[in-house]
Formats: sequence, C-alpha cells, structure tokens
Amino acid sequence: MKNVMSNKFVITLYTLPALLLILVLIYIPITLSGYYGLMDWDGIGEMKFIGLENYVTLVQDKVFWTSTWHSFQLAIFSAASLLLYLGISLVLASKIKGSDLLRKIYLIPMLLSSVAIAQLWMKIFDPNNGMANKLLEMFGMENTPLWLADPNIALYSIFIPVIWQYAGFYILIYYAALKNVPDEVIEAAKIDGANALQIAFRIKLPLISGVFKVTIMLAVVGSLKYFDLIYVMTGGGPNGASEVMASYMYKEAFKLNNFGYGSAIGFGLLVICLVMTWLTSKLTKSNDDVQF
Amino acid sequence: MSKVSTQLVTTNHSVPETTKKSYLNKIGFGFLYLILGLFAIIQIYPLIWLVFFSLKNNQEVFGMSPFSLPQNPHWENYTRAWTSGNIGVYFFNSVWITILSVALTTILASFVTFAVTRMYWKLSGLVLGLFLVAYMIPLHSTIIPLFNMYNNVNLIDSPVSIVLSYTTFNLPLTIMILLGFYRTFPREIEEAAVMDGCSVHRIFFQITLPMTVPVLSTTAIINMIYNWNEFVFVNTFISSDKWKTLTVGINNFVGQYLTDWGAIGATLVISIVPILLTFLFLSNKIVEGMAAGSVKG
Repeated sequence: MKNVMSNKFVITLYTLPALLLILVLIYIPITLSGYYGLMDWDGIGEMKFIGLENYVTLVQDKVFWTSTWHSFQLAIFSAASLLLYLGISLVLASKIKGSDLLRKIYLIPMLLSSVAIAQLWMKIFDPNNGMANKLLEMFGMENTPLWLADPNIALYSIFIPVIWQYAGFYILIYYAALKNVPDEVIEAAKIDGANALQIAFRIKLPLISGVFKVTIMLAVVGSLKYFDLIYVMTGGGPNGASEVMASYMYKEAFKLNNFGYGSAIGFGLLVICLVMTWLTSKLTKSNDDVQF
Repeated sequence: MSKVSTQLVTTNHSVPETTKKSYLNKIGFGFLYLILGLFAIIQIYPLIWLVFFSLKNNQEVFGMSPFSLPQNPHWENYTRAWTSGNIGVYFFNSVWITILSVALTTILASFVTFAVTRMYWKLSGLVLGLFLVAYMIPLHSTIIPLFNMYNNVNLIDSPVSIVLSYTTFNLPLTIMILLGFYRTFPREIEEAAVMDGCSVHRIFFQITLPMTVPVLSTTAIINMIYNWNEFVFVNTFISSDKWKTLTVGINNFVGQYLTDWGAIGATLVISIVPILLTFLFLSNKIVEGMAAGSVKG
C-alpha cells in the first residue's frame, strides 16, 4: 500500500507543474522586485546598479508616505466598517424571513468587476447628472460636492464604492459563522433568561471571534494593496489626492518608466503588507487571552 | 400571536404586559426590516439606475431627472455598443481565457492536493507551505518583474502570459479550498483500490476526481468570477485590441465615449450580464465558495 502511494515519480509528476508555476511566477518575481529596486532602469535599456539609492529615496519620498497614509486610511476605514456588517449579520441571522434573499442581494456588487464598478460610480458621482448630487439636492443641499474632482474628498469618495463592493462579502462570512453557532447553546441561554442583546454580545459574538479576526486581516491587507478602483476612477488624482501605494508604484513603473524605483515601491508594499499581516495576527491573538 | 391569545384565556393579569411586549417586538422587527431593506436598496439600486441610463438617449440623461424611467427604451444603445467597438472580440477573449485558466488551475490544484493529502513523502509539508504562503503575497509586488520576465521570452501582448498568470495566482486559494474537502473525505475507498492493485493514476482519475466534483465546481465558479473580472494583468501585459479581455477593453472603450452615457451604460451592462446570470442559477455554489475560501484563509 505504502509503496504505491509513495511512488516518487508520481509525486513529482503531480506536484512539479504547479510548483514550478508558483516558483517562477510568484516567488522569483517577489525576489526580483527587491533586486530591481537596486537598479537605475527604465524598463527597456541597460540596468545600472546604484545600490540602496532607490530605497533611500523611497524612505524620504513624501509622495510615497502620503500614499501609504492613504492606504492605511482605507485599511482603518474598512476594518471599522466590519462592525456595521457584523451588526447587519446579527439581525440577518436571527431567524428572519427572507434572510437568504437579502444576503444574496447584498452580495451582487462583489461579483462585478472593479472596472464596471468604477465606471458606474464615476457616473453616480458626476457633479451635474449623477445620482449622488441629485439625491443631495432632493434633500435640500445647495453646494453639492464635486466628489472625485475635489482633492479634499476624492479619496473618501472612493471609499463609498469600496464599501458597496465588499459589504455583501463580509456579511456572507459573518452570516455563515453565526449560523454555525449551535442552537442548543442559544436555547440554554434563553432558558437562563438571557435577552436578545445578551445572547448577541455574550454568546454569539465571542463564539465567532475567530472568524472576526480573519476578516480584520482580510480587510486590512486587502486595503493596503487596493488598486483597481482607484486606478480607473481617479488614477491617483487629482494631484495625488487619492494616490495609494499600489497606484503610485504602477504610475512610476508603467507611466514614468522608472522601473527601478517602481520595483522599490513594490518591494516596500510587500514588506508593509507582510508586516501588517503579522502584526494583525499578533494583535488579534493576544485578545484571546483576555476573553473569559 | 397564538401565544398571546392563549394567555388571554388563562391569565388575565399578564395580558397588558404581553401585548405591549409583542407590539414593541413588532415595532422593533419592523425597524430592523426597514434597515435591512434599505441596505438592500443601496446595494441594488445603482445597478437598476445603470440599466435605466443604458436605455436613455442624451436628452433624457442630461435634460431630465436621473431617477426618471427611460421613456422609449433606446435598445439601439446596445447595438451601437456591440458593433462600434470590439466588444465581441473582448467578450470572446474573456470567455476562452477564463475557461482555459479555470480548467488548468482546477486540475493542477487537484494533483497537488491529492499528492499532499493522499500520498506519503517527506517534503509534503514544505510544498504545501509554499502554496499557502503564496496566498499572502500581494500580486501588485510581482507585476514589474513579471512584465520584464514575459518581455524577455516574448510573451508580452500574448494571451499565454494572461493564462499563465491566472492559472498560477488562483492555485493557492483553490488548493486551500480543496484541502478542506480532501481532509474530511474518507480515504477507505482509495485504500481498497490500492489493495486491488489499482495504479495511482487510475485512483486519482477514476475515484478521487469524480468524488470531489462538488467542491471542484465550487472552486471553478469562484475562479471563473475572479478571472472574468481581473484587470491589472491584462492592463499591463496586453496592448493590442485583439487580445484584450472585457474588463480592459470596456475600460478603454468607455473612456473614448465620455458623453454618450447610453452607450457607456449598455457596454457596462453587457459586461456584467454573464456574471449576473451565473449568479442567478448558481448562487448557492457561489456563496459557499466565497465563504469557504475566506474563512480557511
């Protein structure tokens, strides 16, 4: 039995193709990204080794840190909005009629491409004919905002479609987790006289805290590398007002042909993402000990 | 309600209290429903609005309220969107690239998961670890080196680069979902087959693979949605119109129109209809796949 199932040739045959793909197309590029960061290179001509110059520039680059701050704002905002989704899921999972349908309606935006979402919301935010401003006018607002064209609010305007896109996804996860809480536990609590709020906060939420931690990680890391919607809607503009790490990297490399510096930004993005993954898991883990 | 009425008969004292409570309950429930319903409207109304303006002409878009219904549906917006651009080509590219990549990812991921969970070898933990760690790596950090690598082997502006990228970057998530299924799945049947002198290939293709069809279809649908919607790879690696997929194609195409809202709307609707149709018929599978993929990650 062991002989057949430990046939080295078969094992190699089954794992090597996939392994080669991830090594060549994920691990090698990641390593190269750090290496290219040491070069002065326009993407076409010769690479010139310049040591740590790009990284030194990066650390002092105001635009990079502003972009990083924008990415972090998105991360904080996404993590905070998880509480809203959690609230909705609690209601949705409390044996309410039509919860299945509602949950699926919530999920629809998540299925659309970022391009479709971006183009649609550019129309919604259109200062003259868009839905957003017409709605505000209906409520009596006179100086309606310019949304994506206003450097002060461009970044925050983009947060709205981001929420719209991901809400259903997180609600789906919380709903599934809440449905996994055994009925007996809740029945027992009811018999002991616990009310709906107590059941929610003392029983259901602690029981799904593991899932909540996973979603915090997903939201934070997903936000830090967020790109598509911002690239299509504003391209990081106006004047860098909505630039995030990934869009700044893309601009440097593919618009300005600074492949060396772009790679350094990309490597910075990787490091920040990995550090935040580690930090989030560390922070949410220590919570475990505090719990009852 | 029936509870209240039985109590009416039995204990007169508690009547006011229980009815009051049930009224409060009803108001509370009504309020919660209102919030849930409002949230559903927020999620769905932008899309309805999109369909509306895809059927309007410019006079209606610029001269009338954005909330008005289209007066005479201008279906010619759709014919214009379909014929004046390359939408047909983009659509076809999206279809075959998506299908090919999903097929490759599914089969390669099945091979790996089978080898890791069913076969005995020393490095299996390490190999699995490599796939799982790859899930954490932001694909944006790989894009500049990938561009250069593809460029060196003349795969820039070739659909091969897209199929390879899609296949590879979906492997970690797919393996993760499959792993959950394989680990809970009894291996007695496979062991019995070994006793009967079955070869590994026959076990894999004739026993394991057919048994995993339910989870394979889940991962296939999730991969399909990701590939269909993918933007960065195509935007970076493909420059000629004949290989662009729908996302990048419509993005450039819509950019040219600017003020023709009807055609823009029609183009966007065409691009999202396949996904919405899939959702209509396979919503349970999609919901299942999305939950599985995230929670296990």
